[in-house]
Amino acid sequence: MERELRLIKGNEAIAEAAIRAGVDGYFGYPITPQSEILEYLMESKPYETTGMVVLQAESELAAINMVYGGAACGKKVMTSSSSPGISLKQEGISYIAGAELPCLIVNVVRGGPGLGTIQPAQSDYFQAVKGGGHGDYHLIVLAPASVQEMADFVGLAFDLAFKYRNPVMILSDGAIGQMMEKVYLSPQKERSKTVPEWATTGKPSTRERNIITSLDLDPAGQELFNKKLTAKYNEIKEKEVRYEEFQTGDAEYLLVAYGTSARVCQKSVQLGRQQGIRVGLLRPITLFPFPYERINELTGQLKGILSVEMSTGQMIEDVMLAVKGRVTVRHCGRMGGIITAPDEVIDSLKSQIIGG
Amino acid sequence: MAESNVLQDLNRPENLVYKRTNLMVDTPLSYCPGCGHGTAHRILAEVIEEEGLQSETIGICPVGCSVLMYNYLDVDMLEAAHGRAPAVATAIKRLLPDKFVFTYQGDGDLAAIGTAETIHACNRGENILILFINNGIYGMTGGQMAPTTIPGMKSSTSPYGRDIKIMGNPLKMADIVAILPGTYYVTRQSVHKPANVRKTKRAIRKAVQYQKLNKGTCFIEIVSNCPSGWKMTPVQSNKWMEENMFPFYPLGDLKIPDEQSV
Repeated sequence: MERELRLIKGNEAIAEAAIRAGVDGYFGYPITPQSEILEYLMESKPYETTGMVVLQAESELAAINMVYGGAACGKKVMTSSSSPGISLKQEGISYIAGAELPCLIVNVVRGGPGLGTIQPAQSDYFQAVKGGGHGDYHLIVLAPASVQEMADFVGLAFDLAFKYRNPVMILSDGAIGQMMEKVYLSPQKERSKTVPEWATTGKPSTRERNIITSLDLDPAGQELFNKKLTAKYNEIKEKEVRYEEFQTGDAEYLLVAYGTSARVCQKSVQLGRQQGIRVGLLRPITLFPFPYERINELTGQLKGILSVEMSTGQMIEDVMLAVKGRVTVRHCGRMGGIITAPDEVIDSLKSQIIGG
Repeated sequence: MAESNVLQDLNRPENLVYKRTNLMVDTPLSYCPGCGHGTAHRILAEVIEEEGLQSETIGICPVGCSVLMYNYLDVDMLEAAHGRAPAVATAIKRLLPDKFVFTYQGDGDLAAIGTAETIHACNRGENILILFINNGIYGMTGGQMAPTTIPGMKSSTSPYGRDIKIMGNPLKMADIVAILPGTYYVTRQSVHKPANVRKTKRAIRKAVQYQKLNKGTCFIEIVSNCPSGWKMTPVQSNKWMEENMFPFYPLGDLKIPDEQSV
């Protein structure tokens, strides 16, 4: 079927893609810079067309727990927020991970800590990738670098979430959320009528009762469950790593960047090459699982790596893990809502790595 | 007649007056002797069975003494984070509007950490049943002061009695939700005597019927005892409850629907 072309904001793309992907429920709470998601859904009234439930909750806590309830019933449910709101959701995210429920959480990141700024940042990397809430768990984290990917990753997120019974986060930022680009939208999908066998939808006489919980008071039982989760995360690490490369074939220097920073770095690669610097870009698309192996493979041909991120340096720790100390790794990035400029990246590469 | 023959003679279906409710799982309860939770579970299970709703029921457990309730009722159940059950129930009922959805919450869960979720679910008029067990104390964590601990009542964190000048006032949640436009039926009952058990069971049955009407939230508070937390015998605790809790939390209906519309 023909895909429809539209010029819309990243936030609107998420909302429209959610309707078209046949999402059953969205539960949100306003926060800048992502409120357009809830606004777009309320204006579109999908409850009159696809039957999708859209509800403005009383808090981020309530919204994520609504997601927990909906996901427990086997429904495709999602929420979205921005950094301070995502912090509030962490309790619920931990419970969702612990109960092995599929769902989508969108974080349109703004600068922090605290109330921070409403401008774009990439300072929630640790929170998204290393845990965020309590306990041993991981989210699958997708990092869109365009409005098109904001739309495309909604469907991908639910496919992965249901495949692994694991929460998936789209880690975007205020720039991609707010900017407008051309987007090809998928045709409308029907909402799924399939009920997973584990879902709490009322116990028929044909099966045992279903229980959704993350509680196990027996130490041996809890440890066994932790091992089961670990095995799942290992399978995800093995099968779901996604990344994109740009002019890495002959590269002596590598930029590693995701999301908005990756967009900037494409231009930086062009600028660098005009100056005779053989520089390439690796863009992780999944931040968990992280493309350690590919970065490690490239390390043999490299003289240095610049981790470009709008934070004080968070992803750089994973880049350093990947290269195992074999080449110099440095960080480049602006904070406070300032987007790093393409020439700043090349200047940083020269001063920190190439020398002179 | 030999003794075994007497038993055989008595153990006939027509002589059966009391047995384990079918929807209660045959497993020991984790509750202390004399606690009201077991009775509350039983009458809820009886109503679900009698109304033929086992396959239509989704229940949400709290964090607190009844955290393991899903081990005891033979229906689909979820464990919610502390205080969040009304939010969890909201989404379930909206996504599966034909199901019977209830939350079962203690006073720490519902009236302290979950106050916002409780009030907003009730104010939106979510078509769910909230069963609220109020024993004036945090039972599971060892008897600390709850938002419902009455003035002067001793607990491990109000060892000289609740001093409202320092510790603030207890919260009367049923009174609060009764004034919200979203609630349809609000009542306060107990399960400490057979007559009260019957009344509470009637209230649960009404709430089950009302949920089919989609007219708003039903809220049933059960004022209950906590012999372990109160450091009393079961008998003493029920007497203390009658003399001290009931004057502060009077039993009876706080909001009843216009029966004409039922």
